[in-house]
Amino acid sequence: MIHLLDIILLTFMVIIAFTVVRLHNLFAAIVLTGIYSLLSASVFTILDAVDVAFTEAAVGAGIATILMLGTLALTSAEEKVQQGKIIFPLMVVILTGAVLIYGTLDMPQYGDPKAHIHQHVAPRYIIESPEEIGLPNMVTSVLASYRGYDTLGEVTVIFTAGIGVVLLLGRSRRNKSKEKDER
Amino acid sequence: MKDQIVLRVIAKLFIPFILLFALYVQFHGDYRPGGGFQAGVIFAAAFVLYTLIFGLEAAKKVAKPNLVQVLVAVGVLLYVGTGIMGILLGGNFLDYNVLDHHDPVHGQHLGILLIELGVGITVASVMITIFFSFAGRGQS
Amino acid sequence: MQYLGLYNYWIAVILMMTGFYIVISSGNLIKKIIGLNIFQVSVFLFYISMGKITGGTAPIKTDAASIYSNPLPHVLILTAIVVGVATTALGLSLVVRIKEAYGTVEEDEIHSQDEAW
Repeated sequence: MIHLLDIILLTFMVIIAFTVVRLHNLFAAIVLTGIYSLLSASVFTILDAVDVAFTEAAVGAGIATILMLGTLALTSAEEKVQQGKIIFPLMVVILTGAVLIYGTLDMPQYGDPKAHIHQHVAPRYIIESPEEIGLPNMVTSVLASYRGYDTLGEVTVIFTAGIGVVLLLGRSRRNKSKEKDER
Repeated sequence: MKDQIVLRVIAKLFIPFILLFALYVQFHGDYRPGGGFQAGVIFAAAFVLYTLIFGLEAAKKVAKPNLVQVLVAVGVLLYVGTGIMGILLGGNFLDYNVLDHHDPVHGQHLGILLIELGVGITVASVMITIFFSFAGRGQS
Repeated sequence: MQYLGLYNYWIAVILMMTGFYIVISSGNLIKKIIGLNIFQVSVFLFYISMGKITGGTAPIKTDAASIYSNPLPHVLILTAIVVGVATTALGLSLVVRIKEAYGTVEEDEIHSQDEAW
């Protein structure tokens, strides 16, 4: 039953992605991307990744959509219709996709507890983190304590992005007539 | 949009609950899904809603841009400060066991609380700053 | 039954290729950033599908469960989502500045303005 829900949601995501390719109205494309993020958050919940689903719903369907709509308000709302130039990207994409699908045939069975990535490090965290750290949420204990240094890097990346946006967009735009006077 | 009475009333009803929910997610990140990032984004979403309904000028009076920019750095400083505290008390960088003399597990709790707070403050302030930059650009 | 399990990975590859196609074939800069977002979410889907264990539950310790899904991909993807939104925000602010400098966000018009200089 859960498997069926998973399959249906993933099929919806593919339909939305194909629709975004074909749309020329950017407003509709941005709203569909927000719906795509929300569907992916649902799929993450089905795959037991509740922290990830929470973050993706808040960040992807919330902040990213708002920022893209803000950009759209500052630029145009329609994409120019393109002539030609479809065959070569399509061939590149189909070739890359075929190679990747050939690669997935080698992967371990989906959901197998004996797959290689579930040995060595993950059981150690699952078994020992409630005693060493004392928190029920294992994702928080790995994120904040065992891999705390990486989280410091992540916070620095957010900090840098904030500073970058302030540097690029912080000052209000100069009047175009003032620029022409200076020339 | 503040002439629309329905939007104004609903926004005034919702914004305190959104802020409260953000604080709940921040501090219950240890027991339920949550943590600093999600809480910071939800906190910023409340300010985005306020800006959409009441306008950028009113929102800048509530969340002064200079204060928010200082808070961006305060969060990162809190994180790094917790790490340096670990060195000053005799352990390694970002070692939480030494933060409490008697009980290492209690030290872990304290350390995780502080750094998640730092992460939440930085993420909320950065999202508010980015949104104000985008919204303030169109007005010349 | 084995190919049913691979459905997740194949959908992730299809979504990845859709995002890639949008990036390389569209001339509008905002559309490229939308394609990049679609690509990123498909990569997250791939990783999280690898971390799922059949019969497991969310990695929050309770007394009612004994098998937990692998928490390590979740941590990695949490970081990746946040870094992704940071790069999206920077990319969008660059698009705004390009629009103010060139007057357009279509790639071929920008190139022709550069060549006409």
